[in-house]
Amino acid sequence: MIELSGLRKVYPAAAGDVVALDGIDLVVERGAVHGIVGRSGAGKSTLVRCLTGLERPTSGSVTVDGRVISALPEARLREARRAMGMVFQHVNLLDSRSVAANVAFPLEVAGVPRRRRAERVAELLELVGLGDRGTAYPAQLSGGQRQRVGIARALATEPAVLLCDEPTSALDSATTRQILGLVRDLRDRLGITVVIITHEMGVVREVCDSVTLLEHGRVVQSGRLDDVVTQAGSPLSNALIPVPDVPQDEARRLVEVTYATRTVPTHRALAAVAALGEEVDVVAGTIETLAGLRLGRLQLDLPHRRVAPALAALRDAGLDAREVA
Amino acid sequence: MLDGLLDNPVLTQAVPEATLETLQMVGLSALITAVVGLPLGLLLHAVAPNGLRPLRAVRGPVGLVVNLGRSLPFIILAIALLPFTRAVVGTSLGWQAAVVPLSIGAIPFFARLVETAVREVDPGKVEAAQVMGSSRARVLLQVLVREALPSIVAGFTATVIALVAYSAMAGAIGGGGLGFLAISYGYQRFDTTVMVVCVVVIVVVVQAFQVVGDAVARRLDHR
Repeated sequence: MIELSGLRKVYPAAAGDVVALDGIDLVVERGAVHGIVGRSGAGKSTLVRCLTGLERPTSGSVTVDGRVISALPEARLREARRAMGMVFQHVNLLDSRSVAANVAFPLEVAGVPRRRRAERVAELLELVGLGDRGTAYPAQLSGGQRQRVGIARALATEPAVLLCDEPTSALDSATTRQILGLVRDLRDRLGITVVIITHEMGVVREVCDSVTLLEHGRVVQSGRLDDVVTQAGSPLSNALIPVPDVPQDEARRLVEVTYATRTVPTHRALAAVAALGEEVDVVAGTIETLAGLRLGRLQLDLPHRRVAPALAALRDAGLDAREVA
Repeated sequence: MLDGLLDNPVLTQAVPEATLETLQMVGLSALITAVVGLPLGLLLHAVAPNGLRPLRAVRGPVGLVVNLGRSLPFIILAIALLPFTRAVVGTSLGWQAAVVPLSIGAIPFFARLVETAVREVDPGKVEAAQVMGSSRARVLLQVLVREALPSIVAGFTATVIALVAYSAMAGAIGGGGLGFLAISYGYQRFDTTVMVVCVVVIVVVVQAFQVVGDAVARRLDHR
């Protein structure tokens, strides 16, 4: 559905060129909810702007729903954009228009006749649970309601792709869950492909099927959620299944154990740890269910001389174990 | 004292006539200013470096002309324009003639206010409209102008009020209206009563414009 290949974006500057995207290769499957995560400045926003064609790549190509966005002339690009819906962090509704008129805007742009517009707007507001707020103005709505309107507007022209740029970063946690629930529900009902740009791992855990980590304009890790979390010690695995920091004792060592129920059930993992006997203690750990997998990350504290035998014993039990630096 | 006021033919006839002249002068100039100043202000914004169509070659010269119009004191602009006014209207006397320097003085003023109002519109709204596939014309009219409309109306109110002030100066060089009356009676003949009445009428006119302008801006503002 979405394919980026060798995508580079360089901003020329007097003090030296700024490389925002440095050779991105990425495929998002039809109907997937794909998260793109990274710190600010990692290139997330530039990536979205290239997807919408608001920014021309320096080199490489962007293909969305079979159209090579990066090669379209301006007029054709405007048409292609109607196949994409976009949801923004600050929603960007027009304050001068009522909720219904905001949702109607993309339909006006697409030249949909007035009567059909009214029907579609009513449908869309119903879809996002705001059927009765059509005549209100954005200023009269809460942040969560405004984002619902933003989603309704993005879906107006029945796009194949929904791009969400930090859709919940300005919302509280309860509202965030509602909005993400709505996004997943829409994907299930409409079969739409969703790309969510975010810096919050919680968003990825909540809705994403697959995820890409960007750093300095490059892909550091990418894949299905169940695959990346089971790559023990990988940056996304660590970020998605965080364990609390523990103060480290000079005389002792930390060993980290990771497992997924696909290979080892929790009780076996815990039994293997218990079998290490005295002197080995669990100091931090996380056990949770993510992407349908039960996952665990445990940190063990043990004396230096016990590290090598412990690692061997844990690996024999089918666990991923390694000393933490 | 009121009887004395009503017996004075200057007050019963000249003041209403002058008021009408002032309103005509301001009204026509305001219309011309709106028609020319609004597109000019939008042009200034559109060709700016972060505008819809950055064009340095246009931005520079247009900005310069606008600043030139803004920097001259109105009375000097009006006098400098006398030959031009005569060429356009056929005379440099009367309220019709005053409309020329008034409009030329107010257009750059209003254009800058429009530019500022439009610049205040959140760029995110522009981006959202662009992502939906809007043309530049649609972004300009339905997003920038419509979202900035309350501010544009407030700017227009300020412009009209400035026009009332300018019209008094235009009166001083033969434009007629309340300014002319106040100067010829109040300043040249030391007729304080006429002077005071003119001041009161001008204050009332300005106040009326302000109240109407505020009401319209409020109606349009849903923020």
